[in-house]
Amino acid sequence: MTAPIIQVKNLHKWYSGVHALKGATLDFRPNETVGLVGDNGAGKSTLINILSGTQAPSEGEIYFEGRKVSFKGPRDAMDEGIETIYQYNSMVPTMSIARNMFIGREPIKYGIGGIGILDTKRMAEESVQAIADVDLHLRSPDALVGELSGGQRQGVAIARAMHFKSKVMILDEPTNHLAVKETRKVIGFVQSLKSLGITGIFISHNIHHVFECCDRIVAMARGEIVLDKPVGETNMDEILDVL
Amino acid sequence: MKRLLKIYMEKPELAGIAFLVLLAIVFQVRSGGVFLNLQNLQGILGLLPEMALVAIGVTLLMICGEFDLSVGSVFALTPMTMAVLLEGGMPFIFAFSIGLCVALLIGFVNGYLTIQFNIPSFITTLGMLFVARSITVVISGGFPPLLPNGAIPKWLFTSYVGPGDLIRMSFVWFLAFAILIALLLSRTNFGNWVRATGGFLPAAQSMGIPTKRVKIATFMICSFLAGFAGSIQVMRLGAPLPSIGEGMELQAVAAAVIGGTALTGGIGTILGGIIGATLIRVIDNGLVLSQVDANWFKMALGALTVFAVILNAWLRKKAKSIKVETGK
Repeated sequence: MTAPIIQVKNLHKWYSGVHALKGATLDFRPNETVGLVGDNGAGKSTLINILSGTQAPSEGEIYFEGRKVSFKGPRDAMDEGIETIYQYNSMVPTMSIARNMFIGREPIKYGIGGIGILDTKRMAEESVQAIADVDLHLRSPDALVGELSGGQRQGVAIARAMHFKSKVMILDEPTNHLAVKETRKVIGFVQSLKSLGITGIFISHNIHHVFECCDRIVAMARGEIVLDKPVGETNMDEILDVL
Repeated sequence: MKRLLKIYMEKPELAGIAFLVLLAIVFQVRSGGVFLNLQNLQGILGLLPEMALVAIGVTLLMICGEFDLSVGSVFALTPMTMAVLLEGGMPFIFAFSIGLCVALLIGFVNGYLTIQFNIPSFITTLGMLFVARSITVVISGGFPPLLPNGAIPKWLFTSYVGPGDLIRMSFVWFLAFAILIALLLSRTNFGNWVRATGGFLPAAQSMGIPTKRVKIATFMICSFLAGFAGSIQVMRLGAPLPSIGEGMELQAVAAAVIGGTALTGGIGTILGGIIGATLIRVIDNGLVLSQVDANWFKMALGALTVFAVILNAWLRKKAKSIKVETGK
């Protein structure tokens, strides 16, 4: 078996008296797509918030490619190659596709102290390329993200993650509020992660979607991991039982 | 063609320009040709920078999703600080710099309080409106200090320049700041962060933008511009009155809104704010020239503000419904 890309050891999280995560221990292996399922309040959001650097654990350790890491913000996680695509959409609707692609990581010409002139030409070219790479056909990188459909937006978010060569992609309910056709497209994206050598963590309420595109299923309930099995060794009934 | 129409409709500042041209024609006719003569233009362009600089700052801050009601008070406090120091014998360059530092400090405090305690900037800056105004009156001691003769380099700030002495130096400063801030917003990564922070805060945060620092910096820029604008006015008038800039905060918001800036953040341009400020100045001036009772000014301003927002919302909706292929 290959060495895990992410190891989570005994992770705890308290929110003002609420024990939201109770000692989660979990491995993610390279090139594997893990489905994370659980009811509301089961702790899956807490777990991925910690992995994506938006929250700090109260206790416990995270190892990335064997190194112990502690993320002070989402940027630290992104710099390691962990990209998160949130359910509420990690795009700014009032900005163009090209600008959204590079938010926080804009290529700059002549800068001082991290602030500088945007390389708009490069942004346009690279975003067109990145979008084409995920087989999404958008005519102009200058179109506003607010004018795209939900599925197209998730596509752009995924294109962005791929463009920045992420090693792990966390997808937090990416199929929520999507039409059936769009959902198919997003599931297709998740299935293609494997061929691109990206580890996927797919969070969903919909167990059918998880069975369709994941190699392994991890179920959480009441802040604990209650099941961790390869897709072939479990079935929907068992999962519904433990939730 | 459709594409062009869509692009046009998505740029509310263009509607502002069209309205400006229309108003200029109306006032020109109504005033019997006085409106566009050299002297009147001199008057408009001489006053414009003061209002427009404040509007630029407020527009930038509103795009970042925040609000500053204290600009009118900073507009008075900065030059009052400068004047008091000048009266005490301090050289201009230091007095002016300290005045601007006070403006920056107020911007910082506005931003820090808003973010640290997670309260609406409407409240923070409303408080600061009173605090800064009060300090202005207190340090003036009730008697505004006279600016010492020759203490101010008028050639650098208020002298007339250009063909036919059409503009004052203050206009050059205004242009320089306008271009600088417009470029900052549209061409730098900082501008991208400002727009993202105001456009959709959770996305900006999850992409690792230092949104707190971006907001504080924007508050400081806004306050700085208000202080600079107030200093220019005082240099033009020759005496600092503690009451200058009263009501300016709301006019600046009106200017930003007329120019297409959304109160919700993320949408707007610096050019729009400037056009809004110009419209306000032109209406103010044009009504007087047309011999309309000057008390109608606020009525016109109010009506225009509401009308502009309705028009912009309508244009945006229409523009959205024009189908330009974005993909399949």
